[in-house]
Amino acid sequence: MNVIAALCAVERIYSNGVKAVGPLDLEIRDGEFVSLLGPSGCGKSTALRLIAGLLEPTAGTIVWPGEKARIGFVFQDPTLMPWATARDNVRLPLDLSHVQRNEADKRATGALARVGLSGFEAAYPRELSGGMKMRVSIARALAGRPKLLLMDEPFAALDEMTRQELNDDLISLWRDDSLTIVFVTHSVYESTYLSTRTVVLTPRPGRVAAEIRFSRSPAPDPSYRFTPEFGNETNRVTSALRNAMKDAA
Amino acid sequence: MRSALKYALPLALGFAVLVAWEAFVRAYDIPRFVLPAPSDIWQALIADFPSLLSSLWTTLRITLVAFALAVLCGVALAVLFSQSRVVEMMLYPYAVALQVTPVVAIAPLIIIWVGFERINLALLILAWIVAFFPILSNTTLGLRSTDHNLIDLFRLYGASRWQILWRLKLPSALPYLLGGMKTSGGLALIGTVVAEYGAGSGTATGLAWRIIEAGNRLQIPRMFAAFFLLTAVGLAIFFGLSLLEYLSLRKWHESAVSKEK
Repeated sequence: MNVIAALCAVERIYSNGVKAVGPLDLEIRDGEFVSLLGPSGCGKSTALRLIAGLLEPTAGTIVWPGEKARIGFVFQDPTLMPWATARDNVRLPLDLSHVQRNEADKRATGALARVGLSGFEAAYPRELSGGMKMRVSIARALAGRPKLLLMDEPFAALDEMTRQELNDDLISLWRDDSLTIVFVTHSVYESTYLSTRTVVLTPRPGRVAAEIRFSRSPAPDPSYRFTPEFGNETNRVTSALRNAMKDAA
Repeated sequence: MRSALKYALPLALGFAVLVAWEAFVRAYDIPRFVLPAPSDIWQALIADFPSLLSSLWTTLRITLVAFALAVLCGVALAVLFSQSRVVEMMLYPYAVALQVTPVVAIAPLIIIWVGFERINLALLILAWIVAFFPILSNTTLGLRSTDHNLIDLFRLYGASRWQILWRLKLPSALPYLLGGMKTSGGLALIGTVVAEYGAGSGTATGLAWRIIEAGNRLQIPRMFAAFFLLTAVGLAIFFGLSLLEYLSLRKWHESAVSKEK
C-alpha cells in the first residue's frame, strides 16, 4: 500500500526546553488504522498535532508523497461550539470552505445520520450526553470528507459501554469510507481491538519502541473481544508496552 | 411558585418598609425637611412630575448614549487587542489609567475643555469614561478564553483570521460581554449623575441638578422623589440588560439554562 505520510526523524522541543517527541520515524499507509500507544505524557498527542500541521517540527520533516491528504481531527474533548446546534457544529468544515448552505446542511445531516444521531440535528451540545457529543465531533470530522482521520484519545473520557459501542461504530466507518486513521490511545485493549497496526511509543521523548501488526483486527465483530485470540494479542501489546517503559527506566 | 416568590418577596418587603416608614414619621412627628413620609414624596413626585420627567429624560439620554458608545468602543478596542499584542501592550495601561482616575476629579477639566455651552457633550464624555472599562476588560478576557482546540480546528480547516474572529472568538466572548454590560450600564448612570454634580450650577438640567436644587431649597420630598426616579432608572437598566443576557444565552450557556428538576 502507498505511504500517504511519513515522519522522518521528527523532533519537537517545546519553548520551555522539554523535548516531547523524537527522533520519531513513522510511515502511514493508505487505508491503515494505526494506533499510537504509550504512557501519558509520551508525546502521542504532539505527534498527532505534528501530522495535522498544528505544530511545526523543530527538527526532521514530514513528507507527503502524494497530494497532502485532507485531514479530519477529533480531540479528546468533543470540542463543540456550545452556541451552535449539532448540525451547525457538523457543518463547520463545510462553512469554512464556503460550501453552499443547502448542500452543507444536507451533508451535515447525512454525517449525523452516519454516527446514529438522526433527529438530533437541532440539539445544542449541552442537551447531549458525553457519548453523543463525541459522535457529533466525529460527524464533524467526517463532514469534511477526510482521507486521513486523526483521533486524540477520543473515547478516553467515556464510560466503558459507550466506548465499546463507539469503537465498533468507528470500525464500520473506517471500512465503509476506506479511511486512513491514526488513533492515539493509552488503552492496550482499544489499540488491539481497533487497529491494523499498533505503534508503541517510549516515555518522553516519544520514539518508536515497537510495532505490532494484527492479523484479525480491526475486530471483525463485537464478539472478538471475548475470544482467546484477542487475549493473546493484547498480551503481545502489553509486553511490548512494558518493555518500552522498562528500557526507558 | 418559585418565580412568583421571586417577585412577590422583594415587593412585599418594599411595601412593609414603606408602611413602617410612614408610621414612624407620623408617630414621631418628624419634620418634612429631615425625613419626609412616603406620602409626601409621592405628592412631590406628582406635583413636579413634568419637570422631573424632563430632567429624567436628559439624564437617561446621556446615560444611554454613553453606554452605547462604551459598548461599541469597548468591543472594538478588545477586538483590536485580540488581533495585535503590540497594540494591547501599548494601549492597555492607558485604558486602566482612564478607569482609575476618579471621574469627579477630571469632571471640571473636561467641562472647561468642552465648554459650558456644550455641557451635555461633556457629561457624555465623563459617563463614557466610567462605563467603557468593564466592557473592554470583560470582552478582552472573553476573547482570550476561546477554546484553544477549537482555534486549532478552525486553523486546520483553513479558516481566515476574520472567520476565527467572527465565528469563534466573538460568540465565545458574548457571555463575558453581557456580564460587562450589566456592570457598565449601572456605571453609565452613576457617571452621568456624578458628572452632573461636577458641572454644578444651572447649566445642567438632569436629575442630579434637580437633587442639588431641591437640597439647596430644603425641598426634601422633591429630593427623595428624584432619588427614587434615579433608582428606578438604574433598576430598569439592570433588569433590561439581564433580560437581554437571558434571551441571548438561554439556549446554550450554563448561566442562563434552567436546571431540570
